[in-house]
Amino acid sequence: MESNERLSAPLVLEYPFTRTTGPVIGAFLTGLREKIVLGIKRKDGTVLVPPTEYDPETSEALTDMVEVAQTGEVVTWTWVQEPRDQSPWDKPHALAMIKLDQADTPLLHAVLVDSPESMNTGTRVRIKWREETEGHIKDIEGFLPIEGDDG
Amino acid sequence: MHESEAKPMRKVAVVAAASRQEEKMLDTEVELMIPLISEVKAETGLDQTEIGFTCSGSSDFLAGQAFSFVMTLDAVGPVPPITESHVEMDGAWALYETWVKFQMGVIDTALVYSYGKPSPGSLQDVLSTQLDPYYVAPLWPDAHAVAGLQTRTLLEQGIITADQLADCAVRAGTIESREEYFSQPMLSDPLRQADCPTYADGGVAMILAAEGKAEELCEKPAWITGIDHRIDAHHFGVRDLTTVPSARLAAEKAGVHDGPIDVAELHAAYTTHDLLLRKEIGLPETPNHSQRSYPIKADTLMASGLLRIAEAARAIWEGDANRALAHATAGPLLQQNLICVLSGESN
Amino acid sequence: MAEINVPSSLDGVEPVQSVRTPIRMEYTFTPGVAAQTYLREFGNKKILGNVSPVDGAILVPPRGADPRHGALCDEFVEMPHTGHVGSYCVTNVPIPGRDLDLPYISAWIFLDGADVGFLNLVAECPPEECRIGMRVEAVWKPDEELGMTAENILYWKPSGGPDIPFEEAGVRGWHARKRGETNA
Repeated sequence: MESNERLSAPLVLEYPFTRTTGPVIGAFLTGLREKIVLGIKRKDGTVLVPPTEYDPETSEALTDMVEVAQTGEVVTWTWVQEPRDQSPWDKPHALAMIKLDQADTPLLHAVLVDSPESMNTGTRVRIKWREETEGHIKDIEGFLPIEGDDG
Repeated sequence: MHESEAKPMRKVAVVAAASRQEEKMLDTEVELMIPLISEVKAETGLDQTEIGFTCSGSSDFLAGQAFSFVMTLDAVGPVPPITESHVEMDGAWALYETWVKFQMGVIDTALVYSYGKPSPGSLQDVLSTQLDPYYVAPLWPDAHAVAGLQTRTLLEQGIITADQLADCAVRAGTIESREEYFSQPMLSDPLRQADCPTYADGGVAMILAAEGKAEELCEKPAWITGIDHRIDAHHFGVRDLTTVPSARLAAEKAGVHDGPIDVAELHAAYTTHDLLLRKEIGLPETPNHSQRSYPIKADTLMASGLLRIAEAARAIWEGDANRALAHATAGPLLQQNLICVLSGESN
Repeated sequence: MAEINVPSSLDGVEPVQSVRTPIRMEYTFTPGVAAQTYLREFGNKKILGNVSPVDGAILVPPRGADPRHGALCDEFVEMPHTGHVGSYCVTNVPIPGRDLDLPYISAWIFLDGADVGFLNLVAECPPEECRIGMRVEAVWKPDEELGMTAENILYWKPSGGPDIPFEEAGVRGWHARKRGETNA
């Protein structure tokens, strides 16, 4: 009775998910909507971007949020040749950890250049904002190199 | 605080294991697990009523079904009702929970199993959903890209070299030579296909028993002389991607270097991970034996770690090792690590 | 919870309190060895059951396993298209995503010879007449519309004939046939 031809059917699971943010992540996303970037200060004065509610090493609650610069430096990167279907980008781009000036930890986002040959660790970049922002990490459309060709 | 004398740990051994991996299985998770679970029961002569505790690891996101592990209990035969638990983790953590239960003194035997069928779904999308839901997951970075970020840092800081990555890929069996490695295009710059895992469906089942019982069920029990797991921070930015403190600490607490390690089974899905783990745990970069089911060739999400423990146990049973280390990891970038040390001797 | 200090650049703006992060997972679902066999024959208007190698229990629909024992079932048997209602429920409120006429009857259908039931609709039966033990028969889609899908059987309708006695209907039948321990 068995045959090698396999039956199959598509199955799609979709979850709408509207997540509550709390005051810290909420403030960060509010900042993005207003086209500024916030970080949060640890006891030693260093600034975490993106902000977390608790210190990752001491677990104490963090409460002091500050604005950081919109320019920074590429700390590490990789090249995404085929973005996933649900990715905000529909063409190849660099995925990088970017440390904004005045922040002490890097943020993950895209650098919008045309080829991996344009990417280097240490490259200075600036935020390119979406025109319409809503309070989402995608409000940052990506980063662009500051000097030289931007794509 | 009154400090009492630490009681000696109760000795627990792995006494039987059965595993299977195949690129794209037609079987359901139940059809996959029944022969494996039956095999370890037959090998030890235990039936389900004689097993004190059953614990499994799997992911609903792989099955595309909520509470899918409940359906998989059809493979266990939970009639009359059994004491059972499940972790939405690699089965190595189901083994850890089981080991804790042994330490509580409430069981003498246990069945531990785990499985994953990545083939029906889109594994890269599944893996992206484990990332920070506010800051990272909505960007949908795939697992190879995330691993690539870490690899570049390691290369640029001179902690590892591309030659080392190539040699690791040759050892893993994803390519035959350094030349072949460097001829491959970048997949997730600086990672090539040979650095990255290929995925397989699979499962593993094992029986654990306490001292006094283990000797009855197995000629040469693989005793757990140390087991520990630790976790690093979730946010990529607060971690130093060139180190794995959780692996280092887990290895220390599990007493890895209390004796020589004859066989090391590392849950390293990427060449980078293998090299990093060896540095952190203190293992030679080029082991002088070949690793059998090296996960980079066939990574089965949710089972790869427990499969490593099964392979380490096999090395003990077959006399290839007197002391073996098995490692399991969970989360992106080696965030969480479990180390299990097995020995042919109970002390 | 402590007050969060935010820079004055955010003074007076409406704070973000939630964010939409939808996810979509796509699978190419395969039914498994036993279910595949069942579905193929279902497309040929046949209903298969699995036979337990442990005690011969008939399990419909077949899932390749006897869940009581964790045993593989690779023996199939063809089942009649008649059975009885083991239990049932009358629903008077609509369910999102379904467009069934109200009220509708969901029932646990036990095919003649089967030891376990499965969920399906009962129709062509006024709700007040539905009862445990009522004999039913399958109403199929027209032959040309059959496929390898559970949708082949539209519903079950009363077939007439004497009821199965309550003490033997549904899972009670298990004990009546002296099958031994169950969880029921």
